[in-house]
Amino acid sequence: MQARNVWPRTQAGLEEAVTVDRLVHRYEDRVALQEVSFSVRRGEIFALLGPNGGGKTTLFRILATLLRPTAGSFSIAGVPAQQAHEVRRHLGVVFQNASVDPKLTVWENLLCHGQLYGLRRTTVAERASELLDRFALRERRDDLLETLSGGMQRRVELAKALLHRPPVLLLDEPSTGLDPGIRREFFALLQELRAHMELTVVLTTHFMEEAERCDRVAILHRGSLVALGSPTELKAAVGGDVLMLQGSDPARLAERLRQELGLAARVVDGAVRVERAQVHELVPRIVAALGDDLTSVTYGRPTLEDVFVHHTGQRFWIEEPR
Amino acid sequence: MSPSVPPLFWLGAWALWRREILRFVRQRSRLTGAFLQPLVFWLLLGGGFNASFRPAGASGNLSYVSYFFPGTVLLVLLFTAIFATISTVEDRKSGFLQGVLVAPLPRWMITLGQTAGGATLALLQGVIMLSLAPLAGVPLSPMGFAAAVAILAVLATALTSMGLVIAWRMDSTQGFHAIMNLLLLPSWFLSGAFFPEAGAPLPIRVLMHLNPLTYGMAALRRALYWSEPHLLPPLPGWPLALSVTVAFAATSFAAAVWSSERRPA
Repeated sequence: MQARNVWPRTQAGLEEAVTVDRLVHRYEDRVALQEVSFSVRRGEIFALLGPNGGGKTTLFRILATLLRPTAGSFSIAGVPAQQAHEVRRHLGVVFQNASVDPKLTVWENLLCHGQLYGLRRTTVAERASELLDRFALRERRDDLLETLSGGMQRRVELAKALLHRPPVLLLDEPSTGLDPGIRREFFALLQELRAHMELTVVLTTHFMEEAERCDRVAILHRGSLVALGSPTELKAAVGGDVLMLQGSDPARLAERLRQELGLAARVVDGAVRVERAQVHELVPRIVAALGDDLTSVTYGRPTLEDVFVHHTGQRFWIEEPR
Repeated sequence: MSPSVPPLFWLGAWALWRREILRFVRQRSRLTGAFLQPLVFWLLLGGGFNASFRPAGASGNLSYVSYFFPGTVLLVLLFTAIFATISTVEDRKSGFLQGVLVAPLPRWMITLGQTAGGATLALLQGVIMLSLAPLAGVPLSPMGFAAAVAILAVLATALTSMGLVIAWRMDSTQGFHAIMNLLLLPSWFLSGAFFPEAGAPLPIRVLMHLNPLTYGMAALRRALYWSEPHLLPPLPGWPLALSVTVAFAATSFAAAVWSSERRPA
């Protein structure tokens, strides 16, 4: 009985909140994850970034204990995956689709969920009151969930996942379906929670600007981990700046860049890319040399999208759907 | 099944039970559907057939309206159990069930909560219907009423569990309706609810013997005619009726747990 009320904490001294070791998942006809390994440090906000079909949803479902991996292992807060029940106690899960009941009030939803995690009514009441204050939901406590706005429902969803005070919070596409203002607000809430509670956040996303705000990003492409690091590190690895050239014949453009200017150029989705430090200094030479073949030249600091292109040779958005 | 369950995890089943009740109270259409529909069936079919039919094998004093009444009570249970299990399919579609499946409680506990919720609702409505017995000319004694309620509780558990076995395997409510029409309603027709076994053609009689609901129906009739069993048509006796009904409930519940554990998510 006593042990029941001691709620899970990440083991003291453990630096890694989540470790993933050579996870493989195969559906009948295709490989969704191939040998993915990484670890998430305690207190991090960690993004799994990738286009739809990249494998992040499969990875989310495996970490949430809803799907068994074909091979490999993982641990949450030091608890190995084999102990599914223990893993679940250490994990708060927020799904992409609402998992709250629209026909129950905010309080009834929280009570129901708290009890599913074995919490007593009084414990749920204390924690719910604290979370409702923090999430500015106090006045709506006794309203049916279906009467709340989309942003508020998301916050209830989040409160529900935190009731049992998990050390690790797992979110699937938390921003999908939210307008940009609410999306920023929701992310700010996550950052605040990370600061106030001892919380590690792992989220999947296909929004670049969301991944930009995370501490570290793992980029998944066709089931493989293609890059891992902080947004700054990842962008630095692209090799400087990015020049995009457009013209009627991109292949010819790229060929001429290589031949005449000795630049490593490649064609990605109909445009020619050059990644190189201080590349803007070359613009006058390029324009002078290629003149007629060019229709436009765009210069930019690398973004996470450039990181994705750099590692995969593909545009982020043209991935075939799942 | 898990070897040991920490005591507070019973709270999970309790939470699911209470949710089922709350949702029901907030959806009036379910109450209407599950209660009024059998009532209308009974009034129209029972009333319509009353003048033309006498239940075969019964003593001369048993009218069709009276004969059909316990069958209607069983139908109320069946409908409520079906509604409760449809809500499981909807829970999966809406995402609620995912939230339950990632909670640290064993699947059998989830099934227990769902079964208890559905069965409670079925039982409540069955009892309301039962209280109309005097209107149907069914002689209800206190002892008979108590026995009938107990039997209804077992039957409600059996039917809700049956529904869950199906619901855990279904992805759409359309699929559920097909199963309902092919399996659940025919098993009600062949339970002796609608017509007695005596006088039915041989293949039908064989099916009725094989149908576990026949024995639940018999137990319910015997309970209702506790003090006047001589009015009943030939039926399986108490020991057989009770043991088959309890075994049916236990098997259905075990099957529901099994289905829930087999389903990945």
